[in-house]
Amino acid sequence: MSVAPQERGKGAPQERGKRAPQERGKVVPQGRTLLPVVVHAPRGVGHLRGDESFPDAARGALADTQLRRNLGHATATIRDKRAKVVGEVDDWEALRTAGKAIKDHTMARLPELLTQLEANVTAAGGVVHWARDATEANQIVTRLVAETGSREVVKVKSMATQEIALNEALADAGIEAFETDLAELIVQLGDDKPSHILVPAIHKNRAEIRELFARTLPGVDPELTDDPAALAGAARQHLRERFLTAKVGISGANFAVADTGTLSVVESEGNGRMCLTLPETLITVMGIEKLVPTWQDLEVFLQLLPRSSTGERMNPYTSLWTGVHEGDGPQSFHLVLLDNGRTAVLADEAGRETLNCIRCSACLNVCPVYERAGGHAYGSVYPGPIGAILSPQLTGIEDNASLPYASTLCGACYEVCPVKIDIPSILVHLRAEHVEAQRETRRVPTAEAISMAAASWTMADASRWEKAQTASRAGRLLGRRRDKDAGRIRSLPGPLAAWTAARDAPRPPAETFRQWWARDRGADT
Amino acid sequence: MTAAVPGRDIARETVLTRIRDALGPDPVVPEVSRDYVTGSDLEPDAVVERFAERVDDYRATVHRTGHAELPATLAALITASGAGRVGVPVGLDYAWLTELPDDLEVVRDQPTYDTAALDTLELVVTASTVGIAETGTIVLDASPDQGRRALTLVPDHHICIITTDQIVHTVPEALPRLDPTRPLTMISGPSATSDIELDRVEGVHGPRTLHVIIVTD
Amino acid sequence: MAGRPRVALLVTCLADTLFPDVGKASVAVLERLGCEVVFPAAQTCCGQAHINTGYQRDALPLVRGFVETFEGFDAVVAPSGSCVGSVRHQHAIVARRFGDEALAQRAEGLAARTYELSEYLVDVLGVTDVGASYPHTVTYHPTCHSLRMLGVGDKPLALLRAVHGLQLVELPAAEECCGFGGTFAVKNADTSTAMLADKMSAVLTTGAEVCAASDSSCLMHIGGGLSRLKTGVRTVHLAEILASTDDVPAGVA
Repeated sequence: MSVAPQERGKGAPQERGKRAPQERGKVVPQGRTLLPVVVHAPRGVGHLRGDESFPDAARGALADTQLRRNLGHATATIRDKRAKVVGEVDDWEALRTAGKAIKDHTMARLPELLTQLEANVTAAGGVVHWARDATEANQIVTRLVAETGSREVVKVKSMATQEIALNEALADAGIEAFETDLAELIVQLGDDKPSHILVPAIHKNRAEIRELFARTLPGVDPELTDDPAALAGAARQHLRERFLTAKVGISGANFAVADTGTLSVVESEGNGRMCLTLPETLITVMGIEKLVPTWQDLEVFLQLLPRSSTGERMNPYTSLWTGVHEGDGPQSFHLVLLDNGRTAVLADEAGRETLNCIRCSACLNVCPVYERAGGHAYGSVYPGPIGAILSPQLTGIEDNASLPYASTLCGACYEVCPVKIDIPSILVHLRAEHVEAQRETRRVPTAEAISMAAASWTMADASRWEKAQTASRAGRLLGRRRDKDAGRIRSLPGPLAAWTAARDAPRPPAETFRQWWARDRGADT
Repeated sequence: MTAAVPGRDIARETVLTRIRDALGPDPVVPEVSRDYVTGSDLEPDAVVERFAERVDDYRATVHRTGHAELPATLAALITASGAGRVGVPVGLDYAWLTELPDDLEVVRDQPTYDTAALDTLELVVTASTVGIAETGTIVLDASPDQGRRALTLVPDHHICIITTDQIVHTVPEALPRLDPTRPLTMISGPSATSDIELDRVEGVHGPRTLHVIIVTD
Repeated sequence: MAGRPRVALLVTCLADTLFPDVGKASVAVLERLGCEVVFPAAQTCCGQAHINTGYQRDALPLVRGFVETFEGFDAVVAPSGSCVGSVRHQHAIVARRFGDEALAQRAEGLAARTYELSEYLVDVLGVTDVGASYPHTVTYHPTCHSLRMLGVGDKPLALLRAVHGLQLVELPAAEECCGFGGTFAVKNADTSTAMLADKMSAVLTTGAEVCAASDSSCLMHIGGGLSRLKTGVRTVHLAEILASTDDVPAGVA
């Protein structure tokens, strides 16, 4: 079986943990031999895998009329805002091109840039930790918090810590984590799951949030209205004391700058500033892909991110810090660099650019599938088009096999992506990876694989194809019940029944095009 | 130090090795072309005008005043706010505060003030480092006239003073003016959230009121 | 002096089998504009359905077949944005996946000469008024692959605006996908149906009697829904409208 060189060593489940072809055993100082591997995010920890396939999970969401209305309203609002502020930037395409180039450049130099970042953070008084996976990251953070003696932490919204299920790990160690982003708070209070990268509670409307606050916030004003300003005020009151007394803050990072050692959090509410500034200890968990080479590179991303994300020219607050600043903010700073499957993504040359993602969520907001099915249907904390590629890439395709198919390949995501990730092409690539993996692991091919192979065989030869066309027409076989007047089929057998559940199918005509051509134009060309 | 913890080096080496293996021996490093706008096509007056417009767009209140009138402008604003206890960073120009009402308590920030002490401040007055017109942004870098980050975070009302020579047009013009070794805060309007139905609401955890005074001479 | 432009028609497997009128209409328009149209009978399918469902290995012979069948022509025209999209953006990828660099390069060369019908008419022939007559109210669904993969822009609309007697009404949220997506319509039938419902609502609000597009697959999807609901709105391919004249009007059914 011929497999292109870059395809080997990954994809198939039994190959998890096997050596990649270009890898050689390397010796670490301790004298242990490391087996170089393509290692996905491990099972049993974190929130990258759902309980159901996408079509099954979507079914419930599609039937939830309130959810549909909430999502439709919210995504339409944010789409319009984004379009407006992107429209006023004349050099938007040049910024996107530069953003992509900077991230491609970063990935190609990742080892060097990560060690540069590490050196600069360390020189500025921070401590850098490396975590191979979610379990290790959780252990590091839990230990660091325990060392402070604090039993609680305040958190800035962070996808990385959601991905590794840090809150659950802290809870197991008796440490309570308080989410401080308004939407994360809504999700946490409701014992819910996030459904959007930027606005994790996008699936809830103001009335539902009022009801939740009235039920769960201690000492809340019983007269609380569903005015968003009043709800934001209630959150402020609820978290204020927590901020002022917290000893440990935990954050993610939007960007890390290798040549200066600077970390950055981009936010709106000021909860980020609170968590980054007031506690004595700050722990930042960051995926290894989230860095940029130089300080100058921020000039690109600080333009691309807010406009793509919240549809603002600039978000209210961007914090930038470099290690520990004497007399200002936390005097103990830890940076945890997280792999958790990212190196597996990097190893796939055709899908590598997924790591360029800056988590703006513009692709979610324009996606017609996301808008209707909502974020929970994707199972992973990364929903929408980017989640449909990133989640299976991090976990290995077999654990999120339905996600690459959760798209019509309409391309709206690619059009808005600020770093030009060609999501449709990666979806198609992952579908191929999935099919190839199945081909290698299944003793009996799927019905789909058999029919695809049969179609390929038939269509590889025009005379076979013509015979097949004739056969299908002669049968006119497919329709059990027909609309005589409209020439339409109302019911198809087998898997195609899903088509005629809501749509009529056309009846094959009396004559194919090629028959007409042969009859009308004579000899074959 | 935690550097002695066994496993750290293994994790580090493992991750770096995985990355090198993933990239292969000769990864192509693409050039970055910076064809986007890095300078300004606006006259200095127009830059200040744009700055005022954009700051106002995000519900911060903009005032314009000359150096000579600054103390009076500041006094009027503080009086109108009703604040009785006002914080200032140690390095704030004393001359700016000369016309404040006598019964106003002005507190110069000190390292010994803890968060609870900062929480007793109703308003804070600071200078700033850079203004970005295109995005309506003010940047603070914790210099003596701007204070540590907590000082402009805990009080609910922030009055920020910026001079016209500090205002640039675009984001790329702003970054070279900033010192990455300092803690930096970029502020664009008062704190806000769009978390409820993507509807922007001003006023969450950061200062709910932001006044920007542009000193025009 | 250049002679008559010689055009090879990629009719597409779907139009060949189920919508032959689309192929006939394409021939009629191109011939009316002075082209010599050739139908290479060895053609079958571009392989898009295989590629987009993950069966690139099974698509490889189809890619090779396409290249071998059409390589000798200066221009290949298809009445389908998505098939041309596949030729232009996917064929070389498939060849490279299985290590056939020579085929990939041949595919790239051919892709540069392969056009969606409206592209060929407007960009290559330089025509927007094709001399058609179609006295109906029409709304146009631009289809995702024409719009975003090929970037045909408003070429189809320019062609429609020049059709005698045709009243063009704007489709709300036109750029949103209809929910077809090939096997998506079967694998994710519920989501597909939800998207279709919104597309049909948009079509119905226009009051148009015809919903047109440049891809038989999307039209089969939208038309299948409109027919099931007995809306009285029919779907017609752009080629059929452009082929329609006062003497030979397009069929009404």
